[in-house]
Amino acid sequence: MSRADTAAVRPSAEAARGPNPLWTFGLLRSELVTTFRRWRTLALLAVLAAVPILVGIAVKIETGDGSSAGPGGGGEGGPAFIAQITNNGLFLVFTALAATLPFFLPMAIGVVAGDAIAGESSAGTLRYLLVAPAGRTRLLLTKYATVMAFCLVATLVVAVSALAVGALLFPLGDLTTISGTTIGFTDGLLRALLIALVVAASLTGVAALGLFVSTLTGSGIAAMATTVGLLITVQILDQIPQLHAIQPYLFSHYWLSFADLMRDPVYWDELEKNLGLQALYAAVFGSAAWARFTTKDITA
Amino acid sequence: MAPNATDDNTTAGEADDLRVGRRKAVRYVVPVTVVGIAAATIGLVPALADSGDPDLPKITAAQLLDKIAAADVEQLSGTVKITTDLGLPDLGGLESGLLSGATGGGDGSSADPSTRLTELASGTHTLRVAADGPDRQKLSLLENAAEYSVIHDGKDVWGYDSASNEVYHSTVDESADDGETPPATPKGLTEEALKAVDDTTSVTVDGTVHVAGRDAYRLVIKPKQSGSTVGAISVAVDAGTGLPLKFTLTPASGGAAVVDAGFTQVSFAKPAASTFDFTPPKGAKVTEADDAEAAPEGIGGSGDDFAKDFKGLEGLEGLEGSAGSEAPEGHEVIGEGWNSVAVFETGGAGVPSDSELNSELGSDAGGALSGFLGSFGDKVSGKFGSGTVFSTRLVNALVTDDGTVYVGAVTKDALVKAADSAK
Repeated sequence: MSRADTAAVRPSAEAARGPNPLWTFGLLRSELVTTFRRWRTLALLAVLAAVPILVGIAVKIETGDGSSAGPGGGGEGGPAFIAQITNNGLFLVFTALAATLPFFLPMAIGVVAGDAIAGESSAGTLRYLLVAPAGRTRLLLTKYATVMAFCLVATLVVAVSALAVGALLFPLGDLTTISGTTIGFTDGLLRALLIALVVAASLTGVAALGLFVSTLTGSGIAAMATTVGLLITVQILDQIPQLHAIQPYLFSHYWLSFADLMRDPVYWDELEKNLGLQALYAAVFGSAAWARFTTKDITA
Repeated sequence: MAPNATDDNTTAGEADDLRVGRRKAVRYVVPVTVVGIAAATIGLVPALADSGDPDLPKITAAQLLDKIAAADVEQLSGTVKITTDLGLPDLGGLESGLLSGATGGGDGSSADPSTRLTELASGTHTLRVAADGPDRQKLSLLENAAEYSVIHDGKDVWGYDSASNEVYHSTVDESADDGETPPATPKGLTEEALKAVDDTTSVTVDGTVHVAGRDAYRLVIKPKQSGSTVGAISVAVDAGTGLPLKFTLTPASGGAAVVDAGFTQVSFAKPAASTFDFTPPKGAKVTEADDAEAAPEGIGGSGDDFAKDFKGLEGLEGLEGSAGSEAPEGHEVIGEGWNSVAVFETGGAGVPSDSELNSELGSDAGGALSGFLGSFGDKVSGKFGSGTVFSTRLVNALVTDDGTVYVGAVTKDALVKAADSAK
């Protein structure tokens, strides 16, 4: 579920129940402020911002003598698009997202999502949150909206950091799509933004899963560890050829389909599958989290 | 989502344990329902989409063949899914090494069409094709976060590999080009198959079918003789344009199709002109066909070879062998129609030795291979002497101990019989 959806749902709930409409926004704002002011969150964002810097510098050093980056022949190894960075800094955005999406980004989401309910619970602050007339459903929606906001911010941090490093170290200009056609720089920037949004949307499944795990336990650390553990397990399952029958239903299976936006014309099949799968995971684990959170005894 | 549909009253707690318990259970119904609906959708939608073959006027096989021959689709763009399962053992990286070795050890450029398109000989691939008249065509092989494109624009033929950022360029004499599209598309494959149509073949129209959202006739080509490994070739021919949309080759032994190539999406509108514009990106390594020292035979600097390069692919699919008439010059062909067997005299020993493999493949890969190859084959003997049969699901090859090679899309028994009769 996206933030837009929660925004659409909220007014009707307000009308039915009657508390101050500003209260939900206040709750969301305070959640956002609390989350983004944590040192832990800032450290996660700093790590994410460092990845494109490292990739950019590594490519710059490797190609300092004029040789091309990446393996010459097979194109195997190294994140996608790495061979094109030297000629167009904009490709660093795509490379950085391809490098962080399999692990760094979902791990950061897992930490924030896992902490969302369980963290409050272990800190003993959850019951105070529930004393306020917000209701559990709305608190859960606010928490999910906050996690989604973090998904978006984390992805944009990677993209902006990569764009800055790419612009500093490498030339910018018209870029060649992977289909061989040429598009202008503005069009390229638009596609980069679209890719960042798709990457952020690709993380909604993990975010919902993390939130569900977070409602199961009273320990923040346990919820984070479980979410990240599940993430790693799913990534491993996605690599085992014998399991190809179930792989299309693993949330990480279509993650790298964002690269299809760089084809010309864009190849939508896998992108649609990816977004549909994320919506499904969000619906299943979001409603499971709701079922669990609205019925459990809050003791801390 | 339905969270707000239910009132989340959390203070009911102690009132009635039973009621609370029931409400708990009811809430878990929501995620379970979502899973159920998703599973039903995934299961039912393809089934619903498949139902109901289109209602088209009756047509005879001859009329349909004329329609295919008359098809003149100048402009199209679409996505083709091609699955090949030759029953080759999965050799992983070794396989691609062998294939590139077999085309002449061409380690020149990863953007060289001949080295890249042999990849199509196994597994499932998604291709995109676009054509605008005889002078402008494009074929792209979609990979993970990368793409390999062959672009024919006027007198230029470009190969672009986005993964390694390498470009291959050759030129073509415009007048010489007959607009031949590579047989990786259903059309090309169908043309190859129709070359084999003679009195040993039965051609029938078997109902209608939907392909890529278009109504199509199903043409079935079957060998009349026994002994061929080809069970049937089924071609879906677009009712409107006569363009083959789907090509399926099923082996006589049953099981999954050996070759299954079909459009998943097709449009007959003129593709955007920019599709065929290609400028090598800055910094890309460009290999000119003339400069490519390591270029395999057949890449002589002419874009005509663009089409020829794909012949290697056909050979792998056994279509050349089965077509008989297409057997390479200098090699004898015994038998007729689908049961034709090509005979090669290698003059050497049966299963090649290490050094032969080394010299043939131009690498050290040969050493490990001879024992390896022997383990795949079955020893057979007959009037011709004795030899080893290598089997795939479509093509069988008999290598006799005196160095004669018999290759055909025929069963092992038919191959031995052919070898016997040749002696």
